[in-house]
Amino acid sequence: MSNIANDIRIVITGVGLTAPNANNLPDFRKALLEGKSGIRMFETRYLPPVPAGVCTFDKFKHETKKAARRGTRAGSISIYCANEAVIDSGYDFQNKDRSRVGVFIGITEHGNVETENEVHSLAKYNNDVKFWTHHHNPRTVANNPAGEVTLNMKITGPHLCMGAACAAGNLGIIYSAQMLRLGEVDFALGGGVSESIHTFGIFASFKSQNALAHHENPAKACRPFDKDRNGIVVSEGGCMYTMERLEDAKARGAKIYGEVAGYAYNSDATDFVLPNPERQAECMNLALKRAGMDPEDVDILNTHGTGTQQGDEHECEAARTVFPNAPRPYINNTKSYIGHCMGAAGALELAGNIPSFEDGLVHPTINLDNIDPDCQLDGLVINKPKPVDNIKCIMNNSFGMLGINSVVILKKFED
Amino acid sequence: MTGEGIRQAILDIIKEIVPDEDLSSVDPEKPFRDQIDLDSMDFLDIVMELRKRYSVEVPEQDYPHLLSMSSTVDYLLPKMESL
Repeated sequence: MSNIANDIRIVITGVGLTAPNANNLPDFRKALLEGKSGIRMFETRYLPPVPAGVCTFDKFKHETKKAARRGTRAGSISIYCANEAVIDSGYDFQNKDRSRVGVFIGITEHGNVETENEVHSLAKYNNDVKFWTHHHNPRTVANNPAGEVTLNMKITGPHLCMGAACAAGNLGIIYSAQMLRLGEVDFALGGGVSESIHTFGIFASFKSQNALAHHENPAKACRPFDKDRNGIVVSEGGCMYTMERLEDAKARGAKIYGEVAGYAYNSDATDFVLPNPERQAECMNLALKRAGMDPEDVDILNTHGTGTQQGDEHECEAARTVFPNAPRPYINNTKSYIGHCMGAAGALELAGNIPSFEDGLVHPTINLDNIDPDCQLDGLVINKPKPVDNIKCIMNNSFGMLGINSVVILKKFED
Repeated sequence: MTGEGIRQAILDIIKEIVPDEDLSSVDPEKPFRDQIDLDSMDFLDIVMELRKRYSVEVPEQDYPHLLSMSSTVDYLLPKMESL
């Protein structure tokens, strides 16, 4: 394994987020500790109302109406989260060299929303393509969300969106750490976003796959590890971190949320949709190895668990392999509150756990009324927060279709 | 449609493109771009909206006529007076 630049320590210094149940980290943490769901019934084209997570951030706090109209929902989410993260970081953005800033955003997909809307609109004009918008291409290019951030914040360093299915939120963090270690940037905005609820296709596809959650009470629809779980709740959301090399963060006296101790991503190479617990376990072990940690060092495992039958079982199987010494780590799941925020999921779910370093609580998994015996994990924190002394390490899982697994290990910063 | 009607129609379209701006004091003789934050993609929006709302086509070679409110109204009047 290459150890290039791995001795350069990378830290998180700011967080900006919007989730279906909160629009900043303190409120998000509060919601997770209070068991507040963000799932509601949502109208989407061609389908009866479905449970979904909808964000309520102030779209025009950092973006003009003109820019929002021209851009995309994913762009607006990214702009909000990136600006909030920079404000939170205390970084003197106006006076810094913005050619040394990079924007790296994980996405599950991008362009479906805009294409679908335009096809729908074109039908009103008898499908005459002279009515097809000239905004289609800039809205649907794969770098759109990150590119919109650079336009909004006048960032002239590199930007990129990492297409990584539902593993993408972690990829934004991983790629940022890599670019900082390579010296390509001095300040990285990394994370993940999703606008997926605005395309009917994602709901319809999961429904056809028998993997779309349904429940008369939308707040109960997402129930990972419960024997009555019946699928995924699709949500929108975003979470961006400011990330820096430790020496830079210390030099400016930055507040440090945590240190990226290790990470890994790999491929199952087995199936388009079904996960592979063996590869997932390998990914977790590789992240531990890079972090120089043992499984016993992990205090919290935040699961990917989406509420599908096989996905949850397979992840539990992988977790038992990596962590045979129950009850540690404590295990939780954030989707039970906010659904599956797709490209944002990994980044948001990590954010919700970071305050554990300070408040000494592990937020629970909610909606877990009758545990599926195949999902039995002794460390699962169920329905109420668990006080734990001296939380120092969080492992964050995020897995996606086409067999992509990503793991980030964040540790409490200790000089 | 009268010249005044066309002027209002153009203002309505521009207002949708640049909702952040105050258009109450647009000088009809000055180029739009000297007064309003409009770029080439925004002008294409004006062309598209004229097509969608009024079935009016503005060929590319005629785009220079959309320079100011006065020149736009003068150009569009023959195309829209029967609407």
